[in-house]
Amino acid sequence: MHSTIKRPRYLSYLLYSSLILLAFFVLAPVAWLLLMSLSSPTDLTKVPLQWIPSQWDFSRYAQLLDGHNGSGERFLAAMLNSLIIATSATVIALFAGVLAAYAFSRRNASMLLMFAFLATIMMPPVTYILPLYSAFSDLGILNTKVALIICYCAMLIPFAIWLMKTNIDVLPEEIEQAAMIEGAGTLYTLRKVVLPIILPAIGATAMLSFLTAWDEFFYALIFSSDLSAKTIPVAIADFSAGRVTDFGVIASVGVLASLPPVIVALFFQRFIVSGLVGGSVKG
Amino acid sequence: MRSLIGAKQQKWLLLAPALTVLALISFVPFVKTLWLSFSDSEISALPTVVSFIGLENYIYALTDPDFILSLGRTLYFTFVSVGAEVILGVAVALLLNQQFRGRTLMRALIILPWAIPTIVNAVTWRLIYNPDYGALNSLLMQLGIIGEYRSWLGDPDVAMNMVILADVWKNFPLVAYVALAALQTVPMDMLNAARLEGANAWRRFYKITLPWIIGPLLVIIVLRSVEAFRVFDIIYVMTRGGPANQTKTASFYVYQEYFSYLRSGSGSSYAIIVALISIILIYGYYKAAKRQNGSL
Repeated sequence: MHSTIKRPRYLSYLLYSSLILLAFFVLAPVAWLLLMSLSSPTDLTKVPLQWIPSQWDFSRYAQLLDGHNGSGERFLAAMLNSLIIATSATVIALFAGVLAAYAFSRRNASMLLMFAFLATIMMPPVTYILPLYSAFSDLGILNTKVALIICYCAMLIPFAIWLMKTNIDVLPEEIEQAAMIEGAGTLYTLRKVVLPIILPAIGATAMLSFLTAWDEFFYALIFSSDLSAKTIPVAIADFSAGRVTDFGVIASVGVLASLPPVIVALFFQRFIVSGLVGGSVKG
Repeated sequence: MRSLIGAKQQKWLLLAPALTVLALISFVPFVKTLWLSFSDSEISALPTVVSFIGLENYIYALTDPDFILSLGRTLYFTFVSVGAEVILGVAVALLLNQQFRGRTLMRALIILPWAIPTIVNAVTWRLIYNPDYGALNSLLMQLGIIGEYRSWLGDPDVAMNMVILADVWKNFPLVAYVALAALQTVPMDMLNAARLEGANAWRRFYKITLPWIIGPLLVIIVLRSVEAFRVFDIIYVMTRGGPANQTKTASFYVYQEYFSYLRSGSGSSYAIIVALISIILIYGYYKAAKRQNGSL
């Protein structure tokens, strides 16, 4: 059925040269980050540059993945903090999100409230930061993972509600009604009837939430001051601003910190893109 | 359960966890910032007497040329970044909508910039722009475009645009994916009919494709504008607001007022002004989304 339209030759050239240009634009910065992480310091300070390393240097990775030196300790602690904080916030946000999404889809919660929820995450964080800082300080939880988990929950919940609401909306309500007529409670119906059907949507929401939390910088910068709570974005900012003069170390930290989100994005692309696009393309 | 509590109570019980978190972490802090913005409060170790000074902070803020300039720079960043993302994003979507070998691979490839964390993106471009050993200098020199190395982020005339380039690289994929999804809804028979009637490619795009994809595009444009307007991370890592304050955006301004000068009262009034502008943008998002989806 798909009849390929025969293109004039000049259009083919145009198409393929545009594609090469696009591929270069997208890949070049990533490739250069990777090359920097594997080049020797001498190659990185040549003018003009030695693009392909004269010898491959894996020493930074070895250094960063070994907790027995300063850089390695800082890097590994930050990765672990990020992992704990992003995972906890995602789990809590999904729990609160599913419940609220059900209220919006099936219990006529006001759409104005839904919009107010979404508006809270569109506001600049500088509007919240100072009162949060004093509150966390009074509670004695500054520079703890708990403070960041709480903030990230507030950041992820509205988004999780919105994504899951659009998925519950399109389900036929009859199955739920049948379950309830047989005497099942709301929570039971939600768990046994609705959740299994929207599992793919929950997966997509979980991944997007995790990536959002992994990426967050502002709250982490303000609320963490040492290894007990610093996340990977803050650690990277420290590495790039601090005494480290070897670009290769900074690049290696960047590569390692990008691995989890890049792997998730490439493997679950279909899920993620549909989650990202869903809200704006169809209702 | 169902017989004991009515639908209405059930609704609020289901909403309770989300409402509690958002009330405590977003709503209460917002009200408190608003309250502080009418005071002369300062951040200090000692308890200080805070007095209310009415609109004084706001009058000061709106007559402070540095703050007004930072608002202008933030708007510039927002318009140019989002504008470039939309043009590039739509162009890429049109390109990836063509038939060619390796199309699936190319569509997968452009998620890469989006997946790279914001801070890694900022650090990468800062290294690329490095005045002494940066890749951009080396590349342009080897191509014969520049005669000597330049300090891209150190030059007040170009620094902001260099930051914008880094931001566009990171965010155009999102627009491209939205545009690509919207392109799938454009009716092929209309395009074919127009082609048979002799309409050229530009006319077909302008008269048929664009009106068809403008709804979803508008939603993502406003959403990206809301995000771009609060830009902080990339500025913090790439320039810290310099050179000569040329990249000091509104969020960065508030950040410094709070955490460098420790003026919580006047800082809060700056924050509220930034919030008010955001609210206008958010209202625009509400309108665009409503137009697109009927409900929200």
